Amino acid sequence: MRVESEAELVEAVRGARAPLRVVGGGTRGEVGAGERLEVAISGVRLYEPGALTLIAGAGTPLSEIEAVVAAEGQRLPFEPPRWGALLGLAGESTIGGVAAANVSGPRRVQAGACRDSLIGLRFVDGAGIAVQAGGRVMKNVTGYDLVKLLAGSRGRLGVLSEVAFKLLPAAPAQATVRAEVPLSEAGRVLAAALASPFDVSGAGWLPGQGAVLRLEGLEGSVGYRAGRLAALLAPWGARIEREGSVAIWRDLAEVRPFHGRAGDIWRFSVKPSEAAAIAARLDGEVVLDWGGGLIWALLPEGTDARAQAAPYTGHATCLRGRAPRAEPEAPAVAALSRALQARFDPRGILDPERAG
Amino acid sequence: MDMPVPAARVLARKQEIVARLRAVLPSDSVIDDPAETRAYECDALSAWRCAPLAVVLPRTTAEVAAVLRICTEEGVPVVPRGAGTSLAGGAMPTADSVVLGLARMTRVLEVDFENRFIRVEAGRTNLSVTAAIEGEGWFYAPDPSSQLACAIAGNIAMNSGGAHCLKYGVTTNNLLGVTFVTGAGEVVELGGPFCDAPGLDLLGVVCGSEGQLGVVTEAVLRILPKPEGARPVLIGFAANEIAGACVADIIRAGILPVAIEFMDRPCIEATEAFCAAGYPDCEALLIVECEGSPGEIAEQLGLIREIALRHDPVEFREARDAEEARRIWLGRKSAFGAMGQKGDYICLDGTIPVSALPEVLRGIAALGRDFGLEVANVFHAGDGNMHPLILYDANTPGQQERAEALGAEILKLCVAAGGCLTGEHGVGIEKRDLMGVQFTAADLEAQMRVKDVFDPPWLLNPAKVFPLAASAGRRAGGASRGAAPDPEVFGPR
Repeated sequence: MRVESEAELVEAVRGARAPLRVVGGGTRGEVGAGERLEVAISGVRLYEPGALTLIAGAGTPLSEIEAVVAAEGQRLPFEPPRWGALLGLAGESTIGGVAAANVSGPRRVQAGACRDSLIGLRFVDGAGIAVQAGGRVMKNVTGYDLVKLLAGSRGRLGVLSEVAFKLLPAAPAQATVRAEVPLSEAGRVLAAALASPFDVSGAGWLPGQGAVLRLEGLEGSVGYRAGRLAALLAPWGARIEREGSVAIWRDLAEVRPFHGRAGDIWRFSVKPSEAAAIAARLDGEVVLDWGGGLIWALLPEGTDARAQAAPYTGHATCLRGRAPRAEPEAPAVAALSRALQARFDPRGILDPERAG
Repeated sequence: MDMPVPAARVLARKQEIVARLRAVLPSDSVIDDPAETRAYECDALSAWRCAPLAVVLPRTTAEVAAVLRICTEEGVPVVPRGAGTSLAGGAMPTADSVVLGLARMTRVLEVDFENRFIRVEAGRTNLSVTAAIEGEGWFYAPDPSSQLACAIAGNIAMNSGGAHCLKYGVTTNNLLGVTFVTGAGEVVELGGPFCDAPGLDLLGVVCGSEGQLGVVTEAVLRILPKPEGARPVLIGFAANEIAGACVADIIRAGILPVAIEFMDRPCIEATEAFCAAGYPDCEALLIVECEGSPGEIAEQLGLIREIALRHDPVEFREARDAEEARRIWLGRKSAFGAMGQKGDYICLDGTIPVSALPEVLRGIAALGRDFGLEVANVFHAGDGNMHPLILYDANTPGQQERAEALGAEILKLCVAAGGCLTGEHGVGIEKRDLMGVQFTAADLEAQMRVKDVFDPPWLLNPAKVFPLAASAGRRAGGASRGAAPDPEVFGPR
């Protein structure tokens, strides 16, 4: 099934007699049984550059959104990453898929997650009722924040039909400060940079590159901060990269070191200071993002990565592999989540993983 | 203001309920003397008052849980209270309620600069969070104007903002985790010092739920290294429209100041009379603040100057030193005090798309004339968060009602312009009955379902947020009047 309007989506959900597998661009490695429901509600509904806001149909391709806002010198703050090539999936990411999965790129350390820029949305719940949450202004505490509840819900409470985002001006200049340190030293370098006043907008570690720190903004400011940060990190041999900067952050956002490689793909979201020890326990390659708060790991097929990495403060997600996708929640939290699902999806048609 | 009729069975059992609370709390933590509970009869929306049945001031999460278990068993409404600074009546009690105040839970539990977070008890005041870390060069970003007094618990309940959220976001964007007690008295950990907890974002919906889903007792907050410096400019304009256009141009130019504050003529005149900050005689002014090193600030202010000069400003004043910066902020920071000296006022906080600023300001002025009341505007222009201050005289019969009616019309105007009823204060009792202006019945039903799950008997802060008529069935019969409850959550304990 393919729906091109919210009215069609309402009909499709109301008419469903079996679990649905909701799909945007199919690039996030979602699994499960159920009838495929492709949300193709597409098009930018409203774009006000002077108010830094954009509203679009949930099925609008991410690339279309990025082109529209880039033409006005703006961008999505959270740097939505593409994982298609990483996971070997061919689709084109949609903006609704990005919101439903709450995926955020390297700029998360500075600009927050996808959910922090998502200021409003419309969804159709499991009973086929269309609901508006949030709005189109960036400060809004009117009623409960259902926007956050739906962001990252992966369609379990409702199917997104429209999303509204806060935008930011695109930075005219960027530079990367790079220190070729081993993984074991990375945490200290990243923490030192993130504790500085230099407004770091990316902090990661890549094999073959070492620790990388991004600075963005007006030309003069970037030059100044890159110089100060490189001086701060001089004990680790830090250097300023100008030409290669854009490519470094694309490599990190898309996790290019793992492209075309066999094995299971995992993400660990942890307390950054634990990253080096966790990485040392993992039997595979790693890439760090979010100052060490995000560990990407490429592990031999079938690895019980949660057991191997333990102990850690946070959670692990299996993006490709046979292990359960999400970390089990604490019983009290899981009970609340299940009760919410029962309320928003009384027929249980929006959770193909559970149904299957 | 309509409030539900207090439950007679609760009022009749006051002695037994207080005795049960005394059995689980130290004696100084339970207040039921009517002379003492009066201190809790209102918050900063002081036009509306009602003394509660009793007040409890627990010192630990376990004590909070014990109180909630007793109140649930007794069917007693609970009104969570941070520091009582809500402008929306978010902490106003009902006569049959127990006020659960967090004023004694103020400790810093953990400071972790390496992982950039602080863990505090939720009764701690906003400003004292920064005070605990600023010596090492760090700060907590959300900065509501009441930050000296307001508590983190209330900030989380209302998802509070502040003057600097254009760059740093509001509470929800700086909150990593909470320890949270459900209405049934179950202690739940949501989030923590890591990113994006698995499953549904329960932390995201608890933040901003106005104390209706549970009581937050501890919070893990993101902390940030302080910028090297900050410096404001003051720009005066001949008309509100021109100031509004200048705001849009600054944003479109790709500059992101940490704050863009707007004041109109009535507000400028009131603050000049109050504190003589030396503001120019003009229709509207902007205070724009930029952060960074001296060189970076100069780079940004240079661009802002270029943009502002295209709008023929009456004045462009750059702060050259700390004293000049202080004087630029003086009037803005004194604005509420200045208005308070002129009389009573209601402060609204509807938010609008920045592009609609001139049109909405004209609409507010026209409505003020229609109602025969003066309205002054001072607000966060970068994010469209208005703060119309409606002046009235509480001692003139009928004036308060007229001011409230004008407030409702102004908020409807904000919604019609594409905005919302409240940008940072919350709904509370104040805007409860206007929710239908912004949301459909289906939208409100979806929100109320969340409360059904977290607080099935609808005992937590029950008469707030939703129009009384919309929540009547649930308040009378608990969530069971809605859909079938999940036995796992709602089963016997």
